[in-house]
Amino acid sequence: MGLKRNVSLSTALRYRGEGPMLTFILHRIGGLGMVIFVTVHILASFLGGDGGVIANTIYENWLFQIFIFFCALFHAINGLRITILDLWPKLIEFQREAIWVEWAVFLPVYSLAVFVIVRNALGG
Amino acid sequence: MSDTKSRNLPLSKRGLNFEMLMWIFTRLTALAMYALILTGIIGALIMGARTQMNMADVLRWGFMPNATHVQSTNVLDLAPWSTPFWKGLGSLLLLVAASHGVHGLVVVLDDYLVKPRQRQLVRILSIVFLAAMSIIGIYVIWTS
Repeated sequence: MGLKRNVSLSTALRYRGEGPMLTFILHRIGGLGMVIFVTVHILASFLGGDGGVIANTIYENWLFQIFIFFCALFHAINGLRITILDLWPKLIEFQREAIWVEWAVFLPVYSLAVFVIVRNALGG
Repeated sequence: MSDTKSRNLPLSKRGLNFEMLMWIFTRLTALAMYALILTGIIGALIMGARTQMNMADVLRWGFMPNATHVQSTNVLDLAPWSTPFWKGLGSLLLLVAASHGVHGLVVVLDDYLVKPRQRQLVRILSIVFLAAMSIIGIYVIWTS
Protein backbone atom coordinates (compact mmCIF):
# COMPACT_ATOMS: atom_id res chain seq x y z
CA MET A 1 0.00 0.00 0.00
CA GLY A 2 1.08 3.56 -0.64
CA LEU A 3 3.39 2.80 -3.55
CA LYS A 4 4.56 5.63 -5.78
CA ARG A 5 4.29 5.71 -9.53
CA ASN A 6 7.92 5.80 -10.66
CA VAL A 7 7.46 6.71 -14.33
CA SER A 8 5.45 9.57 -15.79
CA LEU A 9 2.43 8.91 -18.00
CA SER A 10 4.25 10.10 -21.15
CA THR A 11 7.15 7.72 -20.45
CA ALA A 12 4.68 4.90 -19.90
CA LEU A 13 2.94 5.62 -23.23
CA ARG A 14 6.28 5.57 -25.07
CA TYR A 15 7.18 2.15 -23.61
CA ARG A 16 7.38 -0.44 -26.38
CA GLY A 17 6.82 -3.87 -24.89
CA GLU A 18 5.96 -5.62 -28.18
CA GLY A 19 4.00 -8.91 -28.13
CA PRO A 20 3.64 -9.52 -24.39
CA MET A 21 2.71 -5.85 -23.80
CA LEU A 22 0.06 -6.07 -26.52
CA THR A 23 -1.54 -9.14 -24.92
CA PHE A 24 -1.43 -7.36 -21.54
CA ILE A 25 -3.31 -4.34 -22.92
CA LEU A 26 -5.82 -6.44 -24.88
CA HIS A 27 -6.40 -8.62 -21.79
CA ARG A 28 -7.31 -5.48 -19.81
CA ILE A 29 -9.53 -4.06 -22.54
CA GLY A 30 -11.28 -7.42 -22.86
CA GLY A 31 -11.76 -7.80 -19.11
CA LEU A 32 -13.08 -4.26 -18.66
CA GLY A 33 -15.35 -4.63 -21.69
CA MET A 34 -16.91 -7.77 -20.24
CA VAL A 35 -17.33 -6.27 -16.73
CA ILE A 36 -19.17 -3.27 -18.19
CA PHE A 37 -21.24 -5.43 -20.57
CA VAL A 38 -22.27 -7.97 -17.89
CA THR A 39 -23.12 -5.21 -15.38
CA VAL A 40 -25.30 -3.30 -17.85
CA HIS A 41 -26.87 -6.56 -19.09
CA ILE A 42 -27.83 -7.77 -15.57
CA LEU A 43 -29.18 -4.33 -14.60
CA ALA A 44 -31.14 -4.04 -17.86
CA SER A 45 -32.80 -7.45 -17.41
CA PHE A 46 -33.53 -6.61 -13.75
CA LEU A 47 -34.95 -3.12 -14.33
CA GLY A 48 -36.48 -3.67 -17.78
CA GLY A 49 -38.33 -0.66 -19.26
CA ASP A 50 -36.97 1.73 -21.88
CA GLY A 51 -33.39 1.35 -20.68
CA GLY A 52 -33.61 -2.42 -21.17
CA VAL A 53 -34.90 -1.96 -24.72
CA ILE A 54 -32.04 0.44 -25.57
CA ALA A 55 -29.48 -1.98 -24.04
CA ASN A 56 -30.91 -4.92 -26.01
CA THR A 57 -30.78 -2.92 -29.25
CA ILE A 58 -27.08 -2.27 -28.64
CA TYR A 59 -26.30 -5.95 -27.87
CA GLU A 60 -28.05 -7.15 -30.98
CA ASN A 61 -26.02 -4.82 -33.19
CA TRP A 62 -23.46 -6.81 -35.18
CA LEU A 63 -20.66 -4.29 -34.48
CA PHE A 64 -21.19 -4.75 -30.75
CA GLN A 65 -21.21 -8.53 -31.18
CA ILE A 66 -17.85 -8.39 -32.99
CA PHE A 67 -16.45 -6.26 -30.14
CA ILE A 68 -17.77 -8.31 -27.22
CA PHE A 69 -16.78 -11.63 -28.83
CA PHE A 70 -13.27 -10.25 -29.25
CA CYS A 71 -13.25 -9.36 -25.53
CA ALA A 72 -14.52 -12.79 -24.44
CA LEU A 73 -12.42 -14.95 -26.78
CA PHE A 74 -9.15 -13.06 -26.38
CA HIS A 75 -9.54 -12.84 -22.60
CA ALA A 76 -10.32 -16.58 -22.45
CA ILE A 77 -7.40 -17.73 -24.63
CA ASN A 78 -4.88 -15.28 -23.16
CA GLY A 79 -6.11 -16.17 -19.66
CA LEU A 80 -5.54 -19.85 -20.40
CA ARG A 81 -1.96 -19.08 -21.48
CA ILE A 82 -1.35 -17.09 -18.26
CA THR A 83 -2.88 -19.88 -16.16
CA ILE A 84 -0.79 -22.61 -17.79
CA LEU A 85 2.46 -20.63 -17.59
CA ASP A 86 1.80 -19.62 -13.98
CA LEU A 87 0.84 -23.07 -12.75
CA TRP A 88 3.88 -24.67 -14.49
CA PRO A 89 6.52 -21.92 -13.91
CA LYS A 90 9.22 -23.76 -15.87
CA LEU A 91 7.28 -22.98 -19.07
CA ILE A 92 7.69 -19.20 -18.56
CA GLU A 93 10.93 -19.42 -20.59
CA PHE A 94 8.77 -20.11 -23.64
CA GLN A 95 6.30 -17.27 -23.10
CA ARG A 96 6.98 -15.58 -26.44
CA GLU A 97 6.45 -18.85 -28.26
CA ALA A 98 3.28 -19.35 -26.18
CA ILE A 99 2.01 -15.98 -27.41
CA TRP A 100 2.52 -17.08 -31.03
CA VAL A 101 0.56 -20.27 -30.31
CA GLU A 102 -2.11 -18.13 -28.71
CA TRP A 103 -2.52 -15.99 -31.86
CA ALA A 104 -2.53 -19.14 -33.98
CA VAL A 105 -5.53 -20.37 -31.97
CA PHE A 106 -7.26 -17.01 -31.64
CA LEU A 107 -7.16 -15.76 -35.23
CA PRO A 108 -8.89 -18.72 -36.98
CA VAL A 109 -11.60 -19.05 -34.32
CA TYR A 110 -12.25 -15.31 -34.19
CA SER A 111 -12.21 -14.93 -38.00
CA LEU A 112 -14.77 -17.72 -38.33
CA ALA A 113 -17.05 -16.02 -35.77
CA VAL A 114 -16.68 -12.61 -37.44
CA PHE A 115 -17.49 -14.24 -40.80
CA VAL A 116 -20.71 -15.75 -39.35
CA ILE A 117 -21.71 -12.49 -37.62
CA VAL A 118 -21.13 -10.38 -40.76
CA ARG A 119 -22.94 -12.92 -42.96
CA ASN A 120 -25.97 -12.79 -40.64
CA ALA A 121 -25.80 -8.98 -40.55
CA LEU A 122 -25.95 -8.89 -44.35
CA GLY A 123 -29.09 -11.03 -44.18
CA GLY A 124 -27.51 -14.33 -45.23
CA MET B 1 15.75 -16.12 -27.38
CA SER B 2 14.62 -14.79 -24.03
CA ASP B 3 16.83 -15.13 -20.98
CA THR B 4 13.93 -15.19 -18.56
CA LYS B 5 14.67 -17.61 -15.74
CA SER B 6 11.92 -19.45 -13.96
CA ARG B 7 11.75 -19.01 -10.21
CA ASN B 8 10.95 -22.09 -8.21
CA LEU B 9 10.76 -20.94 -4.61
CA PRO B 10 9.31 -23.42 -2.13
CA LEU B 11 5.90 -22.43 -0.83
CA SER B 12 7.27 -21.82 2.69
CA LYS B 13 9.54 -19.02 1.37
CA ARG B 14 6.87 -17.45 -0.82
CA GLY B 15 4.45 -16.55 1.95
CA LEU B 16 0.73 -17.12 1.84
CA ASN B 17 -1.07 -13.80 2.17
CA PHE B 18 -4.37 -12.48 0.80
CA GLU B 19 -2.82 -11.26 -2.47
CA MET B 20 -1.26 -14.69 -3.05
CA LEU B 21 -4.60 -16.36 -2.38
CA MET B 22 -6.37 -14.01 -4.83
CA TRP B 23 -3.64 -14.65 -7.41
CA ILE B 24 -4.29 -18.41 -7.30
CA PHE B 25 -8.07 -17.76 -7.06
CA THR B 26 -7.95 -15.85 -10.38
CA ARG B 27 -6.22 -18.80 -12.11
CA LEU B 28 -8.49 -21.46 -10.62
CA THR B 29 -11.70 -19.53 -11.40
CA ALA B 30 -10.45 -19.16 -15.00
CA LEU B 31 -10.26 -22.97 -15.25
CA ALA B 32 -13.63 -23.29 -13.50
CA MET B 33 -15.24 -20.94 -16.04
CA TYR B 34 -13.81 -23.03 -18.87
CA ALA B 35 -15.51 -26.11 -17.35
CA LEU B 36 -18.83 -24.32 -16.71
CA ILE B 37 -19.02 -22.66 -20.15
CA LEU B 38 -18.09 -25.89 -21.97
CA THR B 39 -20.86 -27.66 -20.01
CA GLY B 40 -23.25 -24.93 -21.16
CA ILE B 41 -22.14 -25.23 -24.80
CA ILE B 42 -22.60 -29.04 -24.70
CA GLY B 43 -26.09 -28.46 -23.26
CA ALA B 44 -26.91 -25.98 -26.04
CA LEU B 45 -25.70 -28.42 -28.72
CA ILE B 46 -28.04 -31.09 -27.29
CA MET B 47 -30.89 -28.57 -26.97
CA GLY B 48 -30.60 -27.22 -30.49
CA ALA B 49 -29.61 -30.41 -32.35
CA ARG B 50 -33.07 -31.00 -33.81
CA THR B 51 -33.74 -27.38 -34.79
CA GLN B 52 -30.25 -26.46 -36.02
CA MET B 53 -29.69 -23.74 -33.41
CA ASN B 54 -27.30 -21.04 -34.68
CA MET B 55 -23.91 -20.07 -33.25
CA ALA B 56 -25.10 -16.94 -31.43
CA ASP B 57 -27.78 -18.89 -29.52
CA VAL B 58 -25.36 -21.71 -28.64
CA LEU B 59 -22.85 -19.18 -27.29
CA ARG B 60 -25.50 -17.17 -25.47
CA TRP B 61 -26.58 -20.35 -23.63
CA GLY B 62 -22.95 -21.31 -23.04
CA PHE B 63 -22.07 -18.00 -21.39
CA MET B 64 -25.24 -18.00 -19.26
CA PRO B 65 -27.62 -21.02 -19.28
CA ASN B 66 -30.79 -19.03 -18.57
CA ALA B 67 -34.06 -19.89 -20.37
CA THR B 68 -34.68 -16.27 -21.45
CA HIS B 69 -31.50 -16.50 -23.53
CA VAL B 70 -33.12 -19.00 -25.93
CA GLN B 71 -36.73 -17.73 -25.75
CA SER B 72 -36.81 -16.46 -29.32
CA THR B 73 -35.32 -19.63 -30.83
CA ASN B 74 -37.40 -22.55 -32.07
CA VAL B 75 -36.42 -25.03 -29.34
CA LEU B 76 -39.21 -27.61 -29.10
CA ASP B 77 -39.64 -27.60 -25.31
CA LEU B 78 -37.94 -25.18 -22.89
CA ALA B 79 -39.18 -26.89 -19.68
CA PRO B 80 -36.27 -29.40 -19.44
CA TRP B 81 -33.88 -26.46 -19.72
CA SER B 82 -35.36 -24.37 -16.88
CA THR B 83 -34.49 -26.93 -14.21
CA PRO B 84 -32.64 -26.27 -10.91
CA PHE B 85 -29.57 -27.92 -12.52
CA TRP B 86 -29.28 -25.24 -15.21
CA LYS B 87 -30.28 -22.43 -12.83
CA GLY B 88 -27.69 -23.71 -10.35
CA LEU B 89 -25.04 -23.89 -13.08
CA GLY B 90 -25.91 -20.34 -14.14
CA SER B 91 -25.75 -19.09 -10.55
CA LEU B 92 -22.38 -20.76 -10.01
CA LEU B 93 -21.04 -19.24 -13.24
CA LEU B 94 -22.37 -15.82 -12.20
CA LEU B 95 -20.72 -15.95 -8.76
CA VAL B 96 -17.39 -17.23 -10.12
CA ALA B 97 -17.34 -14.74 -13.02
CA ALA B 98 -18.42 -11.77 -10.87
CA SER B 99 -15.76 -12.37 -8.22
CA HIS B 100 -13.08 -12.96 -10.90
CA GLY B 101 -14.17 -9.79 -12.73
CA VAL B 102 -14.44 -7.52 -9.68
CA HIS B 103 -11.04 -8.68 -8.42
CA GLY B 104 -9.65 -7.93 -11.88
CA LEU B 105 -11.16 -4.45 -11.67
CA VAL B 106 -9.39 -3.88 -8.32
CA VAL B 107 -6.07 -5.04 -9.82
CA VAL B 108 -6.46 -2.64 -12.77
CA LEU B 109 -7.45 0.30 -10.55
CA ASP B 110 -4.47 -0.37 -8.25
CA ASP B 111 -2.23 0.44 -11.22
CA TYR B 112 -3.68 3.93 -11.47
CA LEU B 113 -4.69 4.76 -7.87
CA VAL B 114 -1.65 4.68 -5.59
CA LYS B 115 -2.76 6.50 -2.42
CA PRO B 116 -3.77 4.22 0.51
CA ARG B 117 -7.09 6.08 0.97
CA GLN B 118 -7.99 5.65 -2.71
CA ARG B 119 -7.14 1.96 -2.63
CA GLN B 120 -9.20 1.46 0.52
CA LEU B 121 -12.16 3.20 -1.14
CA VAL B 122 -11.77 0.99 -4.24
CA ARG B 123 -11.86 -2.12 -2.01
CA ILE B 124 -14.97 -1.01 -0.10
CA LEU B 125 -16.81 -0.04 -3.31
CA SER B 126 -15.78 -3.31 -5.01
CA ILE B 127 -17.21 -5.40 -2.15
CA VAL B 128 -20.50 -3.45 -2.27
CA PHE B 129 -20.59 -3.75 -6.07
CA LEU B 130 -19.86 -7.51 -5.99
CA ALA B 131 -22.53 -8.18 -3.35
CA ALA B 132 -25.16 -6.08 -5.15
CA MET B 133 -24.52 -7.60 -8.61
CA SER B 134 -24.46 -11.17 -7.23
CA ILE B 135 -27.81 -10.71 -5.46
CA ILE B 136 -29.46 -8.99 -8.45
CA GLY B 137 -28.06 -11.57 -10.89
CA ILE B 138 -29.20 -14.58 -8.85
CA TYR B 139 -32.63 -12.95 -8.42
CA VAL B 140 -32.90 -12.54 -12.22
CA ILE B 141 -31.79 -16.16 -12.88
CA TRP B 142 -34.26 -17.74 -10.44
CA THR B 143 -37.29 -15.55 -11.25
CA SER B 144 -37.09 -15.37 -15.06
